[in-house]
Amino acid sequence: MTVSEPSLRVSGLAFAYPDGSPALAGVDLTVAPGERVALLGPNGAGKTTLVLQLNGVLRPSAGTVEVGGLPVVKEHLQEIRRRVGIVFQDPDDQLFMPTVAEDVTFGPANFGMRGPELEARVSAALTAVDMTSLAERSPLHLSGGQRRRVALATVLACDPEVLVLDEPSSNLDPVARRELAEVLLRLDRTMLMVTHDLPYALQLCPRSVILDAGRVVADGPTRELLADDDLLAAHRLELPYGFSLAPGRAH
Amino acid sequence: MHRLAPQVKVLAAFLLVCCVVATPREAFWAFGGYFLLLCAVWVVAAIPPGWIAARSLIEAPFLVLAVLLPFAEGGERVDVAGLSLSVAGLLGGWNIVVKGTLGVLTSLTLAATTPPRDLLLGLQRLRVPGTVTTIATLMLRYIEVIVGEAKRMRVARISRGHDPRLLWQAGATARGVGSLFLRSYERGERVHLAMLARGWTGAMPVLVEAPAARRDWVAGLVLVAAALLIAVASRWWM
Repeated sequence: MTVSEPSLRVSGLAFAYPDGSPALAGVDLTVAPGERVALLGPNGAGKTTLVLQLNGVLRPSAGTVEVGGLPVVKEHLQEIRRRVGIVFQDPDDQLFMPTVAEDVTFGPANFGMRGPELEARVSAALTAVDMTSLAERSPLHLSGGQRRRVALATVLACDPEVLVLDEPSSNLDPVARRELAEVLLRLDRTMLMVTHDLPYALQLCPRSVILDAGRVVADGPTRELLADDDLLAAHRLELPYGFSLAPGRAH
Repeated sequence: MHRLAPQVKVLAAFLLVCCVVATPREAFWAFGGYFLLLCAVWVVAAIPPGWIAARSLIEAPFLVLAVLLPFAEGGERVDVAGLSLSVAGLLGGWNIVVKGTLGVLTSLTLAATTPPRDLLLGLQRLRVPGTVTTIATLMLRYIEVIVGEAKRMRVARISRGHDPRLLWQAGATARGVGSLFLRSYERGERVHLAMLARGWTGAMPVLVEAPAARRDWVAGLVLVAAALLIAVASRWWM
């Protein structure tokens, strides 16, 4: 991989579900290394479908996806899945091993890592999310915020090129939400964050992309997009009560 | 006993049950011998008898069948306390009760000395197919999630005036079970996706290949040897 390759390059991506309903209709998206991008859009816009295209769980009907210059095709699937780390919305779907440490070990072990190197990777991932002290606990007995951070660690342990987060702030109390934001900002990784939580997008991602009806309808600095009330309204997005980023209005 | 390698304990328990099953049902004394063996294990492992007794109640429904047999079977009959009982049925019932009970007691002994996850580890090291151990791992993890979900659904039903004790409201409970099944099924799909995303290829990575110490095997084999001795003696005695 050369340095100039984008972390993520999606071009002309189209996809329809087996029943014929179109989900993606020609998506173009490029994410540079180190960028943090929010993927916004109403329910049913195709956000989750796009995420599952990135690691080859779903295959496109047309168009291509490249991760760090490597095309998402069958021969590279394992390497692609190492490069694209997806943190799913419900940590209970992601954490399935009896203890936190074993769950964090699962990913890198699948990618062939063993021994001291593996241990170092696991402990680094747990340290990155401040969960070292709970390594031997069952994920079942953790709080929502802790589970979310462990789910993040299970993906970080694979050392992904792109970190994809599906609704990271859902079901978190305000403190857990802020703590997660602090962890994410500290990571300094390429990030694609699917969210309905617009203030969270503003806090974490300098750039945002709005997806609607399977197409990218806006792509620009998050603050500018979120200040455009008409744009938001046209795509069933809105800031929470009391928020406004439009110039000249009270904040 | 608690510190023995899990694969040794799994294998020893399995072989012990095999010996019990292979013993002719008329060799009454042999079953006493097996029971004494288990008692010895409980003493060594310091398992309180109450712990075993309470959990062996799980066997109760199966005993009902065994109790019916002496009445239901045909053939030669004997009078016991004024009841006419079938000899074949008595022996058949005894066979089920004694072998079933010993099997349950053995499993409980294994459970008392081995945490569930060690049990899985033991199975994995005994080269049990990956699919089986994976399914068991997932079951271990998700049973509590599903129970939690069932409880929340029940509370939500009760909060809307549902009374599960009333027979005509059983339909709601049944539908609840149905939707719980669907939810669990969907969760299964999502868990699978999440596993694929982390490079799952169909087998759990084996990380610690810890062969059992020779001492462990010897300890396990002493028990099995004693049981085998009883089984062989009972056959020979017949």
